[in-house]
Amino acid sequence: MSLEPGAGRKTKYEYLYHIADAKFRAYGCTLEEVFGNAALAMFNVMTDTTNLKHEIMQQVDLTSHDIETLLVDWLSELLYLFEVEGIIFSKFEVGSIKHTGDGFSLSAKAMGENIDLSKHSFDTQVKAVTFHELKVRKDDGFCVQVVLDT
Amino acid sequence: MPEETQIDAGSILTKINDYTWDIPQDYKPGMRVPGRIFVSRALLSSLEKETIEQTANVATLPGIQKYAMAMPDAHTGYGFPIGGVAAFDRENGIISPGGVGYDINCGVRIIKTNLTVDEVRPRMKDLIEKLFNEIPSGVGSKSKIRASDRELTDAFLHGAKWAVESGYGTEDDIRHCEENGYMDAADPSKVSEKARKRGKPQFGTLGSGNHFLEVQYVDEVYDDKVAEVFGLTKGQVTIMVHCGSRGAGHQICTDHLGILEKATRKYGIVLPDRQLACAPAESPEGQAYFGAMASAANYAWANRQVITHWVRETFTNFFGRDMDDLGMELVYDVAHNVAKLEEHTINGKKKMLYVHRKGATRAFPPGHHDVPDTYRKVGQPVLIPGSMGTPSFVLHGTQEAMELTFGSACHGAGRVASRAAAKREFRGEDIQKELAAAGISVRATHPSVIAEEAPAVYKVSGDVVDVVHNLGIARKVVRVMPLGVAKG
Repeated sequence: MSLEPGAGRKTKYEYLYHIADAKFRAYGCTLEEVFGNAALAMFNVMTDTTNLKHEIMQQVDLTSHDIETLLVDWLSELLYLFEVEGIIFSKFEVGSIKHTGDGFSLSAKAMGENIDLSKHSFDTQVKAVTFHELKVRKDDGFCVQVVLDT
Repeated sequence: MPEETQIDAGSILTKINDYTWDIPQDYKPGMRVPGRIFVSRALLSSLEKETIEQTANVATLPGIQKYAMAMPDAHTGYGFPIGGVAAFDRENGIISPGGVGYDINCGVRIIKTNLTVDEVRPRMKDLIEKLFNEIPSGVGSKSKIRASDRELTDAFLHGAKWAVESGYGTEDDIRHCEENGYMDAADPSKVSEKARKRGKPQFGTLGSGNHFLEVQYVDEVYDDKVAEVFGLTKGQVTIMVHCGSRGAGHQICTDHLGILEKATRKYGIVLPDRQLACAPAESPEGQAYFGAMASAANYAWANRQVITHWVRETFTNFFGRDMDDLGMELVYDVAHNVAKLEEHTINGKKKMLYVHRKGATRAFPPGHHDVPDTYRKVGQPVLIPGSMGTPSFVLHGTQEAMELTFGSACHGAGRVASRAAAKREFRGEDIQKELAAAGISVRATHPSVIAEEAPAVYKVSGDVVDVVHNLGIARKVVRVMPLGVAKG
């Protein structure tokens, strides 16, 4: 899996064909950037986040045993906060992803606004983040691939 | 309209008979048994290569019995294919959340009425509007119930029984649910705080995606005798509810996948796909998952029971007649994403197996002790929902299913096109108009929800059901046609 021609650095993410679920690739110069873009791709499966405000912030700190699991844990945590706190996130500042003794850690800020059903319209809900065809690759930059259960 | 993944499945599969195709055991290294896909030649043309790969992957799991199977509606999932059935030996087999899915006990129930299609059709638009307003659906929708921690635990433990004891339904409802509405393997101590937080505000919500509440009528009776036992007659109005365990189930699956990933390494199990993370069935990790999964299954039964109560209230108010007068009895409730410990006969020997059904419906035969008394002579009702705007079917379980598929049949029509392709190809407003012209009122939170579920993105439900019927793993009893659909 490499950055495809035309995908370039200007493309934060793109959706790929999957018969029942949502599959995407996200790109970035750094791991931190690609994790942020992956989160953006996930929320845009559910709703258009283009004009959302960044008025609420949630801090996310995680440690996982490998980088792929860290990506699943990061996106799963955001889904959890979306559902329980009722926030649609549209901006992500992933501070640093570090290789720790027995895995990887992440410290990030996720920003967005409260769900208001009179204002926001949703397509299908993302149920969960799967491990299916999950990939984290370093190439020219970084690229990840994720399948979401919808 | 399958896209890029279409293949000549016939070149990989070995034909056994008109509806049975095998994946040879040497197709992939590590397969312990062959794969077996139950499709007609016509349905084979829309089978994806990835569905075959995923079925073959399941065949590599320890303790698998007979075949890794895929039902006629099978399509690509994650871990198991959707439409996958596999049974694992209790002693030396595994249990895997990949064989159940995130929406634990996603399932279907059908409620009958004394109303006829002619009485209901003229008022359908108003009725579906009322149902849409009374039963919360869609992303971000919240329940009308403020459940306490105690009530949540009780629901995890006792499912539909909890709901009925809390005033949402009747004793008969429980008897007409698979497992009597709850699995006693539930262990809420294995459910995380996160899953509890997600589940607490969502009792009695439909969710989104392919979940729906549908008002229907019986338009064709295939088997008069069995239809009479199920209490179904031509022209009768029925209500179908399709939903699952909501955020609680999704979180439980996510949490335990993490635990079982570690267990997979601990027990030295080699997997072709991380989504198949598993543990020996009777190991502490395997049993922790099973206890949590059963809790989610029970939550789903409670969820469908609460929704049933509100459907009855809505009908009662709308028609100005009470529930008994309307004859609103639950016919049956089936789970189609679940793992169960069941007794099956393998080579003439009785064995306890963990049967995983991921997008497959249990189809137990006449005489089976798990079929309610009322239906024991004819076998359990097998409920196969169609996609939006297309017919659904009620079948009955058979002995053939016990022999061929561990007592299982299909669960729906099965997708043939992605949600993205559907949204490119269709406008929700157009689909809504087309269905209205066909006499079907659709009410959804947003037009795109309708586009994503357009009838053309699914296999023809009748084709799938015909394979099941002809194979004999369940037999057709009645067909029900939609009158009105409410979706999230």
